[in-house]
Amino acid sequence: MPFFYRDDLAAADIAFQAEAEGLEELFDSAWQALLGVMVRDLSQIKRREKREIQLKHESPSMLLLAFLEEALFYKDAQGLFLLPVKIKISQLSDGWELYARLAGEAIDGHRHELGTDVKAVTLHGFEFEHTDKGWSTIVVLDI
Amino acid sequence: MRLEGLKKLSDVSWELSTAYKPGMKVPVRIFASEKLLNNMEKEVFEQISNVACLPGIIEYAFCLPDGHTGYGFPIGGTAAFDPRTGIISPGGIGFDINCGMRLMRTSLTAEEVRPRLEKLVDTLFARIPTGVGTGGICSVTRDEFYDLLEQGMQWCLKKGYAVVRDLERTEEHGCMAGAKAGSVSRKAVERGYKQVGSLGSGNHYLEIQVVTPENIHDKKAAEVMGLTVPNQVVVMVHCGSRGFGHQVAQDSIYKFLQAMQQKYHSNIRDRQLACVPFDSPEGQEYFSAMKCAVNMAFVNRQMIMSRVREVFCDIFKRHESELGLEQIYDVTHNTAKLETHTVKGKPRELLLHRKGATRAFGPGMSDIPAEFAGIGQPVIIGGSMETGSYLLTGTKEGGKTFFTTAHGSGRVMGRHQAKKQFDGRELAAGMKKKGIYIRCASYAGLAEEAGAAYKNIDQVVKAAEDAGLSRRVAKLVPLGNIKG
Repeated sequence: MPFFYRDDLAAADIAFQAEAEGLEELFDSAWQALLGVMVRDLSQIKRREKREIQLKHESPSMLLLAFLEEALFYKDAQGLFLLPVKIKISQLSDGWELYARLAGEAIDGHRHELGTDVKAVTLHGFEFEHTDKGWSTIVVLDI
Repeated sequence: MRLEGLKKLSDVSWELSTAYKPGMKVPVRIFASEKLLNNMEKEVFEQISNVACLPGIIEYAFCLPDGHTGYGFPIGGTAAFDPRTGIISPGGIGFDINCGMRLMRTSLTAEEVRPRLEKLVDTLFARIPTGVGTGGICSVTRDEFYDLLEQGMQWCLKKGYAVVRDLERTEEHGCMAGAKAGSVSRKAVERGYKQVGSLGSGNHYLEIQVVTPENIHDKKAAEVMGLTVPNQVVVMVHCGSRGFGHQVAQDSIYKFLQAMQQKYHSNIRDRQLACVPFDSPEGQEYFSAMKCAVNMAFVNRQMIMSRVREVFCDIFKRHESELGLEQIYDVTHNTAKLETHTVKGKPRELLLHRKGATRAFGPGMSDIPAEFAGIGQPVIIGGSMETGSYLLTGTKEGGKTFFTTAHGSGRVMGRHQAKKQFDGRELAAGMKKKGIYIRCASYAGLAEEAGAAYKNIDQVVKAAEDAGLSRRVAKLVPLGNIKG
């Protein structure tokens, strides 16, 4: 399972754990876990609007948090639920770079079964690991 | 759980000495009944003892009866710092800057409201943006948003969305002075300027409540606050600074972490407890940005209450003055403020961090409306949607926590677990049978807010009263509710 919610963490809010073989896959799963808190069935999101983002950070862990925060930005600033269509992550000499194409549509309470709004991606209990089996992360979301 | 090293001072006060953890500069003082204390997670004590390690902390790190795990500070955590030598920490304020409560009285009784309750709630639900990603009541340009960040409820007054009494009966008169719009990021503005006058979701709500005679604890104080008729109806709103405030908090945490590493070379015990000297460029910039978010939240609650007034007038076909739609008070429970309090017998200026904690000034203190001077500052503590909330006042004895009391119930069950255990539609149906009509943007979200997921609010406010932090005036029982 690419992600699951952790009942044992963050009683006041929501935590998820995501795992994947590849880094881009992990980022995709984590984004879906976050969106899944706000809209219960991601298949309800039609790909009508497109956006591109480019980010850079010193580490892949902080890059992930910055990436997830983009989901919240588009939700509030542009009223959009977006899902990743393509993610490309590169390690540079001075950090890690991400390029992503996102697609989705305006939030529609009639067609999207809405969940709970996410306020922020926290650093609380944040875990990010690279092992022989791949990548995993635990993220706590402020509700 | 009972911690080793926890000393009982009274039935409702406990202390962890500085021996509990290396680096503690002051002890921890916990105000709670034994039952509430025993149900606090271990993480609460770790977090509040981390707070006790912060530079410039004065007297104690306080944990209030509703204490539960937060980010950095526990929720229900308070601490005061020396403004010259101490720090400021976004973790001591929260992501939802100026999340707070506003209470408005009406001259209507439950008997008058019940026949139109469903229509009233349905109309409020239709006319107040609620839930994920909604717009706001108020359509403002970016420039107008910058204005309201600096002016707070003064902006509402100029635009005709508020009356003078609304400002007088709001903490800080609805505007923290010194908010500079230039101190916030473009990203925060983008996240917020379309959400002015919106409720959000999670534990935010707008509730129509009744004050029954048997639920009045202090008749005199209730009358001073305009509660004079049996079964009088009041309206409460609980919400904050929306995406704007969340982004301001997020921006500051990352800036502070960078400053701690690169400029101040300070030890980071918990990244959510990132802090810088209050008297520093970074500290002052965040304080200004925080004030912008505080002001935005006051405006947010004002716009919502303004809409509530319109709806009441439409539904009951009477003028606002006939319906007696007067604000009782508005309190913030996530903020940092400069206040003067007595420390070791002398007045001292302090930077008070209140995280899931409410200011509760006592009778005669300055900065509360003159009409409340005899009874103390009104305090509003929110319970769950099934159990109701409380109206209280501050007390003369509140100086022991720098006049701070609890803010709500606190969760005892995780959101995901609550969603699995409860069905939102069944909950709503069950509440309707008990006479509470609810409309929500998300039934999954409603399940998360089940009453059983929260601490017992009666125990929380009783413990706060027994500790001398606040006094109950009335319990407010829900009739109708809208949630995101």
